Amino acid sequence: MTPETAAPCANVDSSALVGEAKFAVKGLDFFYGDFHALTGITIDVREDSVTAFIGPSGCGKSTFLRCLNRMNDLIPGTRIEGTITLDGEDIYGPGVDPVDLRRRVGMIFQQPNPFPMSIYDNVAFGPRLHGVTKKGELDAIVEEALVRANLWKEVKDIMPRGGLTLSGGQQQRLCIARVLAVQPDVLLMDEPCSAIDPTSVQKVEDLMGELKESVTIIIVTHNMQQAARVSDETAFFLQEKQGEAAELIEFGRTAELFTSPRDRRTEDYITGRFG
Amino acid sequence: MKARLASRIAVGFLWLCAATTVAVLGALILYVLVRGIAQITPRFILSAPEGVTYAGGIGPTIVATIYMTALAMVIVTPIAVLAAVYLAEYAVQGRLVNTIRFAADSLASVPSIVIGLFGFALFVDAMGLEFSMLSAALALSFLMLPIVMRATEEAIRAVPKYIRWGSYGLGASKWQTTSRIVLPAATPRILTGIILATGRAVGETAVVIFTAGQMVYTPISPLDPGRSMTVHLYTLAMEGINMDAAYGTALLLMVMILAFNLTARWLSRRSRRFQG
Repeated sequence: MTPETAAPCANVDSSALVGEAKFAVKGLDFFYGDFHALTGITIDVREDSVTAFIGPSGCGKSTFLRCLNRMNDLIPGTRIEGTITLDGEDIYGPGVDPVDLRRRVGMIFQQPNPFPMSIYDNVAFGPRLHGVTKKGELDAIVEEALVRANLWKEVKDIMPRGGLTLSGGQQQRLCIARVLAVQPDVLLMDEPCSAIDPTSVQKVEDLMGELKESVTIIIVTHNMQQAARVSDETAFFLQEKQGEAAELIEFGRTAELFTSPRDRRTEDYITGRFG
Repeated sequence: MKARLASRIAVGFLWLCAATTVAVLGALILYVLVRGIAQITPRFILSAPEGVTYAGGIGPTIVATIYMTALAMVIVTPIAVLAAVYLAEYAVQGRLVNTIRFAADSLASVPSIVIGLFGFALFVDAMGLEFSMLSAALALSFLMLPIVMRATEEAIRAVPKYIRWGSYGLGASKWQTTSRIVLPAATPRILTGIILATGRAVGETAVVIFTAGQMVYTPISPLDPGRSMTVHLYTLAMEGINMDAAYGTALLLMVMILAFNLTARWLSRRSRRFQG
């Protein structure tokens, strides 16, 4: 790529960052085969906060999210340029096992995806993978994760029941509990509320507020009100023309980005002129 | 008016064709039922054929049928399932995989008498297994292998991508995801495939006549010979000595295969519910 594309984008306000940078992304370009999907992404994500990625459909925000836990590695023909560090360590470095990375960087998907097994086994799945076998220890981890996900009260008496018997919103919180059970540092949420009912959306949003005390949260959403409600910082992505690589247009404190955007295109998007 | 009449005739014709299909099946079942039902007694099921007219029962043939089929199932299942896991999850999709799939499909369309002949040459003759349950089971496994393999592959592919991603997202490796999430989720459909293939094997005649022989015998060891129900039915009917027993055997055979198919149906319904 040309040097310009790797240069930080003009409207990325790094002074927004008060705490430590959890993720530091520099000059990231991403390709699906021949298709250049993302270009010149430079952004720092602050620890123990909520960062929202917004933008119209197809702007690459979900693709970028999946770069952060190397989920894109599972898609054949993808390629990345630039660097992403987590706590200062290059996550695409030669010694990094994506399987370990994904334990530290958990992910919640648009479609709640409980495994076809009991509620208990869903939450215990991760700890079991990583070698916890004692019943008492597992019980404690499962309970703690469900409590943190605000689901314990609703399911504590029905733990042997199948995870798929829960309502959509409960399923999503079960998936959150399942991720929390492996003690991740970061939680990536890919439009976590777009497939669940409004009451459940409220619960998941409240939950994010509580979780950010201990976990760094990055949420992709195409609901701008949601981004405004839940996030501390917001990044706006845009693919300007069909077939071109998407870029990070603006990044800053959520309150500022929504009230006084510095870029014309951000303003057009948040005032509903397109998207 | 004319259009309406034409439409009525067309619908009537379609109905007639549909009714014919059902009627053929109904007539077949009814005929076998009427001719065979009087034969079905505990003695018929449990005791051995006696004398030159094969009076008595068909017990040993039932044992032989179940023996060789169960043995074939035990041989086929691990090979077919693991092959399918490799093809669906691990192999680089492309020419080689397509060739393997094409080979499996071709194997499925080889006439069963040819499989029988080959089974005779390979297992009975060359490997010296003689007419035996093992020879029959190995030959039957050729018949079942492509069915179970393709069913397993389809079952694995039907497991939604987002469920796998959930597992990867928790730091599971590919093998952990395959063994702990994908295979359990695919199990009902895999079982359906195994049961359907077993049903095919139970009804198979040509393969087993070449490999298990025709001696009426209650097999104990896998190296014992035996006569399957289908071969017994064939012999009875061809020699025309005991048509009652032939129809009794036919009825039992149909009931067994129907039971297999109903179980498969029940399992695949359950799997749909399972996957939400």
